[in-house]
Amino acid sequence: MSTPAGVPAGLPAAPELTEPLERWHRLHVRMLVVRPLNEGIAMLVPILVLLFTGNGERWRLIASGVTVAAILAFSYFHWRTTKYRITDDQVELHTGLLTRKQLAVPRDRIRTVDLTSKPGHRIFGLSAVRIGTGQQDTPGTDGLTLDAVTQQEAERLRVLLLQKGVAPRPAATTSDAPDAEPVPLPESETISRLDLKWLKYAPLSLSGLVAIGALFGVLSNYADDVGLHPVQDLFEWLFERPNAGVIGTFVVGLVVAGLVLSVPLYVLQFWNYRLTREPDGTLRVQRGLLTTRSVSVEEQRLRGVDIQEPLLVRAGKGAKAVAVTTGLGSKGESNLLLPPAPLAVAHQVSRDVLKVDDDPTTRTLRKHPFAALRRSLFRHVVPWVVIAVGLAVWAPSWAWPIPVAVLPFAALVGWDHYRSLGNALDDRYLVTRNNSLVRSTVALQRTGIIGWRIRRSFFQRRSGLMTIGATTAAGAGVYHVTDVGESDGLALADAAVPDLLRPFLVDDSTVD
Amino acid sequence: MSPKSVVLWTMQAAVFWLVLFVPQLVVFLVVGNPPTWELALLVATGVVGLVHTAVEPSWRYRVHRWETTPDAVYTLSGWLNQEWRVAPVSRIQTIDTKRGPFQQILGLSTVTVTTASAAGPVEIEGLDHEVARQLVVELTNTTQATPGDAT
Repeated sequence: MSTPAGVPAGLPAAPELTEPLERWHRLHVRMLVVRPLNEGIAMLVPILVLLFTGNGERWRLIASGVTVAAILAFSYFHWRTTKYRITDDQVELHTGLLTRKQLAVPRDRIRTVDLTSKPGHRIFGLSAVRIGTGQQDTPGTDGLTLDAVTQQEAERLRVLLLQKGVAPRPAATTSDAPDAEPVPLPESETISRLDLKWLKYAPLSLSGLVAIGALFGVLSNYADDVGLHPVQDLFEWLFERPNAGVIGTFVVGLVVAGLVLSVPLYVLQFWNYRLTREPDGTLRVQRGLLTTRSVSVEEQRLRGVDIQEPLLVRAGKGAKAVAVTTGLGSKGESNLLLPPAPLAVAHQVSRDVLKVDDDPTTRTLRKHPFAALRRSLFRHVVPWVVIAVGLAVWAPSWAWPIPVAVLPFAALVGWDHYRSLGNALDDRYLVTRNNSLVRSTVALQRTGIIGWRIRRSFFQRRSGLMTIGATTAAGAGVYHVTDVGESDGLALADAAVPDLLRPFLVDDSTVD
Repeated sequence: MSPKSVVLWTMQAAVFWLVLFVPQLVVFLVVGNPPTWELALLVATGVVGLVHTAVEPSWRYRVHRWETTPDAVYTLSGWLNQEWRVAPVSRIQTIDTKRGPFQQILGLSTVTVTTASAAGPVEIEGLDHEVARQLVVELTNTTQATPGDAT
């Protein structure tokens, strides 16, 4: 465990019993500095723009001062009005100045604990704790965040809150720094850690381009605020003088910048990446260079693994692995198990995480019928044809060849999409593969399937196909076996969860 | 499934198409010398709306099925695109009854059975109030008899 210096690994849940078992705690007082720092960084650009764009008018100074003061005041009141406590049954958080919010999470519903330290937090040794319950039916009530407590306290909460089968002890909340002698716990077992060779997958994951896009969005937002419209000007300029050379240079420059940027981004996100199995029955992912994250998932709640292969990463024989679990993914929690890495590593991680001898996602998948190829091609090609026709009718004459040029690629993607389709069933997992651009192979625990959604569109019925959705409490909520033959599909669903579908299949002679 | 569902769906379809059709008609009549495409759009909306309102409800009624066993709830719904949904009783989390304005006029209810999955509610539409009430009681009893937290 990479706990902060001076904190023993696996802190005990509780010192000796003390009387007031429901004492309220405040967030750490250093947040008075950290919050303005974190928010200040976000507001830095607008404040600077405000200060330096004009000719030093008085109101600019005043407005900047007011903004800073508002941030400080907000931080103070947030700290003053926020308190939390951990009782035998639940974690409670009271917060808010104008709107008082009282949140409570039952402790036996806690599925995940996510510790995040932004740079501001790290300088002051703090960490934000997010507690996830995996309740998806009422959005906004899923878990709560303590932003922030000391890293020691965060570590203690992580161990305490995920401890199952151990009766919650009342004294757990009575001191900020538990001072009982550390009980030796079994070592955590490392499943995977960062290998610098994986950096070659950084450019392939296109994260650089995404980052440039995001940065561009933020900057043009600010530019708009001060009355500049670079994007609009650029487009107008391009429309007036379409110039292949300029556009070409621009695109190439963008791609190169994206490739170059992706490597530091990978390092930033995944530095010190470690996937461990903790002695308290959780899986823990730690990563990050500046902002560090530690996501703990209750192992019992893990319903499977999703091996994702974005197109270029797949071309480089790489993949990333994502956990299919309850309690993550609905509010920006990270369900990542493995960053882009060699496929073999992804399979090894999947095997170790699921505790099986053989990664289920490596099973030989049954192909789907030929009619599925027709559908796939149709769905990938037709939209571009429609766009081309539309542009040919309503746009300048240089526009329509662009979608036409895309057509062969669309057809290839359609063909690859069909090639991706497949399903398999073993004694514990339902395996299904989908998509081309981000090919995803999901191994879903058969016991985690809590219903079926079987869909036949008009065209699917004519081709004898159906799309079978296995619903689950974890991950995306439903995982599809796309365009499978009708009898094969029903047989698969019937075999995956015995007795569930059977009563409704009695009239169907195609199923044995 | 009550045969009154056909009336319900007809009303819903009619309202939907009227909302699209009437404003167009008003614009068409008020604005002098309207362009041809406006007339085309108006006629198209009218024809598609009429056909849809006439065909869809009875088609839908022929497709729709629902059934509950002690172990599972099952529905088949849709018309052009059809979908079966199955949820085991042991995984049911909530059972809701809902009545829209048209449903109240016709004495119909929709029973929604949700599971822990974000994607898996099973909706049984167009039940008579009494049937819906009995179904809810029945499902509640069997659900309560099943141990576990249904995830």
